[in-house]
Amino acid sequence: MVGLVVISHSSKIAEGIKEVALQMAPNALIECAGGTFDGEIGTDYNKIVNAIEKVYSKDGVIILFDLGSAVMNAEMAIENLNDKDKIKIVKCAVVEGAIAAAVEASIGNSLDEIVENLKALDINKA
Amino acid sequence: MTVNYLQVKNIIYKIADVIEENKMYLTNLDAAIGDGDHGLNMSKGFKVVKEKLESDESKNIGDILKKVSMALISTVGGASGPLYGTAFMKAGMKAINKDEIDINDFTLLLEEALKGIKDRGKATIGEKTMVDTLEPALYALKASINDKLDCVECLDKMMDAAFIGKENTKDMIAKKGRASYLGERSKGHLDPGAVSSYLILKTICDEVKAIRG
Repeated sequence: MVGLVVISHSSKIAEGIKEVALQMAPNALIECAGGTFDGEIGTDYNKIVNAIEKVYSKDGVIILFDLGSAVMNAEMAIENLNDKDKIKIVKCAVVEGAIAAAVEASIGNSLDEIVENLKALDINKA
Repeated sequence: MTVNYLQVKNIIYKIADVIEENKMYLTNLDAAIGDGDHGLNMSKGFKVVKEKLESDESKNIGDILKKVSMALISTVGGASGPLYGTAFMKAGMKAINKDEIDINDFTLLLEEALKGIKDRGKATIGEKTMVDTLEPALYALKASINDKLDCVECLDKMMDAAFIGKENTKDMIAKKGRASYLGERSKGHLDPGAVSSYLILKTICDEVKAIRG
């Protein structure tokens, strides 16, 4: 099953998104990377790497994020991991995207199919 | 003249001190147009940088810069973490196995650092970011080296360009980061990243001049 990582500047947002997505797809593989290492607002490179590793399988991983620095940290994390092609960052609306991706992953859709379908939720993030 | 690995370490400690002294200034600049954490984040990051280097035995400037990078990446929660982290990482890759560097090496390191920041942040000049300080600084440095100016003169020219570049961010409309949400309202304020980049470059110059005496 495709895994899902939710990155937010706030650990509460990340946890909340996971909660809502799991309500729709209880068996989905979702990990959060919210807030900094010391519990402040921000994103954390190591949390992101750990979250990816936790949900990683040969089926791949989708990363969803909220704002700016999250995507930079996520890109850096992917650069330093093996199997880069299997880990995709999707720049869509994070709450809607997480729910859609969780449902699709849980019914066995592939990484490419999910990425393609999430394009409908694209909000042109910088 | 050359700067050896111990002097590089001392310059980095000095950068940490300057960031600490300017913590509230940077944070206030960021509060005006961003999320108000730039100074605090940078201070947190450079404190860890200092700790890591103080217990580090490397005599290799590439390793030292890489350690700076990892400390910033792991501790700075804002955009400056991945941006400066990438800058020091890319610079470090060009200083592998070097225990001293000269002005030509420094130019190469700065060029790599700038490339890293531009790739990571996907920013170009005029978007109210660190690039607006660093890119003119690099060009001025390169031009001065081409003109065969003395090392200190090269650094002075670099700092003149960095200063103007930093000041120019005041009239720019932010295109990147949290400040971009403000649009026109971001005008009239210096970009905190451009200012921290200026402070870092200025510290390097001041320290190199002090070494030269």
